[in-house]
Amino acid sequence: MKKINISKQGKSNLITYGIILLLSFLLFFIGQSSYQLKGLLVPVCTQIMLAVSLNLTVGILGELSLGHAGFMCIGTFVGASFSIYMEQFIPIAGVRFFLALFIGALSAGIMGFLIGLPVLRLKGDYLAIVTLAFGEIIKNIVNMIYLGYDSKGLHFSMTDTASMGLAEDGVVIIKGPQGVMGTPADSNFGIGVILVLITVFIVLNLIHSRDGRAIMAIRDNEIAAESVGINITKYKLMAFTISAALAGMAGSFYAHNYNNIKASTNNFGYNMSIMILVFVVLGGIGSIRGSVIAATILYMLPEMLRFMSQYRMLVYAIVLIIMMLFTWSPKAQEWKSVQMEKLKVRLKPVIDKFRKKSSDKLTKEGE
Amino acid sequence: MALLEVQNLGISFGGLRAVDDFNLQINKGQLYGLIGPNGAGKTTVFNLLTGVYKPNEGIIKLDGIDITGHSNIEINKAGIARTFQNIRLFKDQTVLDNVKIGLHNKYHYNTLEGIFRLPGYRKAEKQMDERAMELLKVFELDGESHYLASNLPYGKQRKLEIARALATEPKLLLLDEPAAGMNPNETKELMDTIRFIREKFDMTILLIEHDMKLVSGICEELTVLNFGSVLCQGETSKVLQNPEVIKAYLGE
Repeated sequence: MKKINISKQGKSNLITYGIILLLSFLLFFIGQSSYQLKGLLVPVCTQIMLAVSLNLTVGILGELSLGHAGFMCIGTFVGASFSIYMEQFIPIAGVRFFLALFIGALSAGIMGFLIGLPVLRLKGDYLAIVTLAFGEIIKNIVNMIYLGYDSKGLHFSMTDTASMGLAEDGVVIIKGPQGVMGTPADSNFGIGVILVLITVFIVLNLIHSRDGRAIMAIRDNEIAAESVGINITKYKLMAFTISAALAGMAGSFYAHNYNNIKASTNNFGYNMSIMILVFVVLGGIGSIRGSVIAATILYMLPEMLRFMSQYRMLVYAIVLIIMMLFTWSPKAQEWKSVQMEKLKVRLKPVIDKFRKKSSDKLTKEGE
Repeated sequence: MALLEVQNLGISFGGLRAVDDFNLQINKGQLYGLIGPNGAGKTTVFNLLTGVYKPNEGIIKLDGIDITGHSNIEINKAGIARTFQNIRLFKDQTVLDNVKIGLHNKYHYNTLEGIFRLPGYRKAEKQMDERAMELLKVFELDGESHYLASNLPYGKQRKLEIARALATEPKLLLLDEPAAGMNPNETKELMDTIRFIREKFDMTILLIEHDMKLVSGICEELTVLNFGSVLCQGETSKVLQNPEVIKAYLGE
């Protein structure tokens, strides 16, 4: 019994990784078709990472957070600034980029921890409102930051470029509302796929561990979780912090795709947070696989429907409704399970054949 | 020495005196019953014992150690586990995982070991699986270990809740109306289960119950609560014949 259980879970994880690889092949070929679509490959990886990491808060911890773009914003600006400043010290792009990703994740994680400390005392709608506010606060503060460096080191100001007091050879890294400038273009689709796999690996393995069970226990029944000695605050903070850190990593990755990034509402404001939430909800709350698929389809679709010009958003809306029905309506779920059973029956002879072959092989080798 | 010693326990919610001057002594290995009419404060006593509420006055000692005012997590670690009147399982998780959550503080590995599937993870998970299956076998739930907890029939959900509580390896088990919603046959089966737990795990049990058949069948001693204060305390047969107790239950 136990063995079947473990392999079942392992199998489901393998299917998820398989779907990611399949999607990335598809995306790769779609990307070849036009310049515009190719430009979407890095952002779509970012969106998948964000959706998967938000699913950790919304689906696994069961708390609604609307500030996810804020954590991504921190990762973006910290990661980009790090790369620009370190370009002189670490010439090897790979090492620098890896460190930038790590530092982006770390800073967003620390921020997630600090914000989570007071915020996670709230529940439901109240938590959603406060995280929304924190997301906006982060975005607006980033818009006020001026950062630059010269031979003496880093300079910082909250008012304007002049007050930083840069020397003549100084370089401005972050220029307030004009955003961060001169980020080295280290991101590409291949690294994106690897990072998506890493994100999914971390989240899936966390879910199926002692900590993940504790987090889901809190989601299912807080009082019962406390009664068996689970530290609610600790595990809530853990889920929230890891979720924020992964968003930070996604942000840092995203930053290295553009020379210049501004912290605008569409990029890092509530629009973005809600967009990520839409991916999570339509992909199925708590389903990592669903988040990956929903983020891919819903992010690529508007661009791929461009040939329909003014009917584009109409079709997009219909797709949203269909996906919602497909993931949530009981009838659709019933239909899906029936189809799965049919597929299993149809595939059974093939699998049996394959098993037989491999077991024959094993016995032969044994001889 | 008594395993659980409660002295002058009391709590008020605003102007309502929910529990007043409550005293209780349970010896190791005893099966103790707490009864009383609806609203008498039985569940409040449980909540006080498990740290959900902090008492306004009084002392709670478990095995000689003062646990008054400790958080419910500390109290669980000290050795009190409970079930709930309205079943509180982790519904969206499997039966096996429910018990493994109960084992949370018994087997340790850190987050990184969990994420990267290091040897520490494998070892602890294997031990947890084995221990959890052992417990499930005791309650004849091992066949349903991979079901979602919410898909179990009612009686088995009750059993699973007890199994989860036992997974925390308590010294004292509190059962809050274990027979609620059960038919006479199920109740009879439950009585056997409770007796069995007590012998198998050498457990001390305190239970709240309305079903007098169950109470008179298995409890050795009783405390009767009425309006938050102790009406009568002592051996089951004597308590149930006490005219005051009959009055509290049936009216004049």
